[in-house]
Amino acid sequence: MAFQSDNKVIKWIEYRLPIFTLLDHAVGTYPAPKNLSYWWNFGSLAGLMLVVQIVTGIVLVMHYTPHTSLAFTSVEHIMRDVNYGWLIRYIHMNGASFFFIAVYFHIFRGLYYGSYKAPRELLWFLGIIIYLLMMATAFMGYVLPWGQMSFWGATVITNLFSAIPVVGESIVTLLWGGFSVGNPTLNRLFSLHYLLPFIIVGLVILHIWALHQHGSNNPLGIDKKDSRDTIPFHPYYTIKDLFGIAVFLLVFSIFLFYSPNFFGEPDNYIEANPLVTPAHIVPEWYLLPFYAILRSVPSKLGGVILMFAAILILFVLPWLDTSRVRSAKFRPVYKQFFWIFLANCLLLGVVGAKPPEGIWVLIGRLATVYYFAHFLVICPLVGWFERPRPLPTSINEAVLPKAAAAAGE
Amino acid sequence: MRKTILSLGLAAVIGLVAPAAQASEGLALPKLSWSFSAPFGTYDRAALQRGFQVYKEVCAACHSMSLLAYRDLQDLGYNEAEVKAIAAQYEVTDGPNDQGEMFQRPAVPSDRFKAPFPNVQAAKAANNGAAPPDLSLMAKARVGGPDYIHALMIGYENAPAGFAMQPGLNYNKYFPGNQIAMPAPINPDGVTFADGTKATVDQQAKDVANFLMWAAEPKLEQRHRMGAQVILFLLLLSVVLYIAKRKIWSDVH
Repeated sequence: MAFQSDNKVIKWIEYRLPIFTLLDHAVGTYPAPKNLSYWWNFGSLAGLMLVVQIVTGIVLVMHYTPHTSLAFTSVEHIMRDVNYGWLIRYIHMNGASFFFIAVYFHIFRGLYYGSYKAPRELLWFLGIIIYLLMMATAFMGYVLPWGQMSFWGATVITNLFSAIPVVGESIVTLLWGGFSVGNPTLNRLFSLHYLLPFIIVGLVILHIWALHQHGSNNPLGIDKKDSRDTIPFHPYYTIKDLFGIAVFLLVFSIFLFYSPNFFGEPDNYIEANPLVTPAHIVPEWYLLPFYAILRSVPSKLGGVILMFAAILILFVLPWLDTSRVRSAKFRPVYKQFFWIFLANCLLLGVVGAKPPEGIWVLIGRLATVYYFAHFLVICPLVGWFERPRPLPTSINEAVLPKAAAAAGE
Repeated sequence: MRKTILSLGLAAVIGLVAPAAQASEGLALPKLSWSFSAPFGTYDRAALQRGFQVYKEVCAACHSMSLLAYRDLQDLGYNEAEVKAIAAQYEVTDGPNDQGEMFQRPAVPSDRFKAPFPNVQAAKAANNGAAPPDLSLMAKARVGGPDYIHALMIGYENAPAGFAMQPGLNYNKYFPGNQIAMPAPINPDGVTFADGTKATVDQQAKDVANFLMWAAEPKLEQRHRMGAQVILFLLLLSVVLYIAKRKIWSDVH
């Protein structure tokens, strides 16, 4: 149905380019399940943080100098001399962490409610690619201030590629633009750090397009049947998302204004020095679980393969999970394993922050094994042997008070 | 079940991260209550001025503060004339002039703090091969921040019996590894404070830590003030949006 309006300008544009119809379908009349919980707020929150990062990033680039001899002081110039530069830089720095916080909630919500299952596999794939690009972008951004952790983080991460047989060393030379991390490295990472967010924007558009093909999943995980199961996105979910944004920004502001360096490392306030290695080289918190998996494998190549496999395995999850029931609400066994898996991911994060010695090596290895066992063993087996609880016949029926009491939970 | 697992997981995360952060740094730092730590905290101007005096008369013999300009000292409560007078105490190299020659002139407020050594090599040569670090960001560049700076200043003592000291290094109970190249910098009454405060080692250590925190985070007061305004606004906005949400959804529930 085309968008109706009496406004002449809108009509004139609409006749030539039906953009109002497109927007109306996307965020206006788009029918959303009426039972979405607050766990469904994190998609719009992630989208908001992407915009925040791009806007603050563009302003930062107006004052930043991508050269090894000037990068560190140009960031301090932003912090001290640029009007509200400290605010823009701290928003960007903490915004990265809050972008990941939103995305992690978003991913685990998808895992709990089976949002990756048919017919939403491609939607899930696009999400994984966005997540991969986010990690690459965040890593490159962390290098730009050219502090000690920037420099040594860049050295460690780029060195991973040297594990690739035969061509590894050449790839690393290509990444560095020389024979060590230096000015050419900083310049190419800067260029890519500016490029990738716009590719992420493109993928987000595809992500939303794929979402709107079959609509949002919901806490019950059952398909919507008729108009009684849905409500128009506007005003119901626009106002709910706006409320979520206000609360999220409130939490963000507490860190931004009162603990802006909480997520950072003190070492990154020391200018990069290739002759002095920091005592502990740790990546940013959102990469720690993968760093733990990387270090759990005694062979370098094996570690790199396993680290990438830890993310790539998400691509086959729609087929590894053999249950046809989406929501963990009706899957008593899977539900337990979901929380164990989440706890295991947090544990991997802790291991990633520790020096790889003593008991941490063993814990890291066990947690790594469990991470993969969850996908490769537990998900298929639970799907086969679990007896799911009976599903409600429709969303509308389930959310009515009487039916909800009968469905339990 | 899920609550148990999650709380166990969270307890593990908090319990494991917290003690380890201290263990790797050795002796726990004395935690002081700084005027700037609280949400509405501001800098203590008198402490900043005393701290600047300690820096100027003690630390500046070896440590640069290259990110600061004399004009920044107005934040400490000095007026323009006083800042001009402070700057004029230093001779800086400028140029080249029309004849192509470098020349010396008194510093002006827009000049950066004059460094004690012309370059890193000179700093190394004068200090047994280890250049004293720049102090502009020191309060953010060490775990513990101002607590660490204060602790380091008061942490000098004789090495315990049996502790193998390397020649030329000094024992400090708060320094990671306990052996530090810098000799105890602060002496009792090593400076004479204009405001009559007794210049004990602890007092000087506190004041210089205050000053270095300001140097590392000069916009802290502005940040604290704006934070209160933004958070108040967002609280009200959240309430309004929540009420609007309840109203709009009333026909669905």
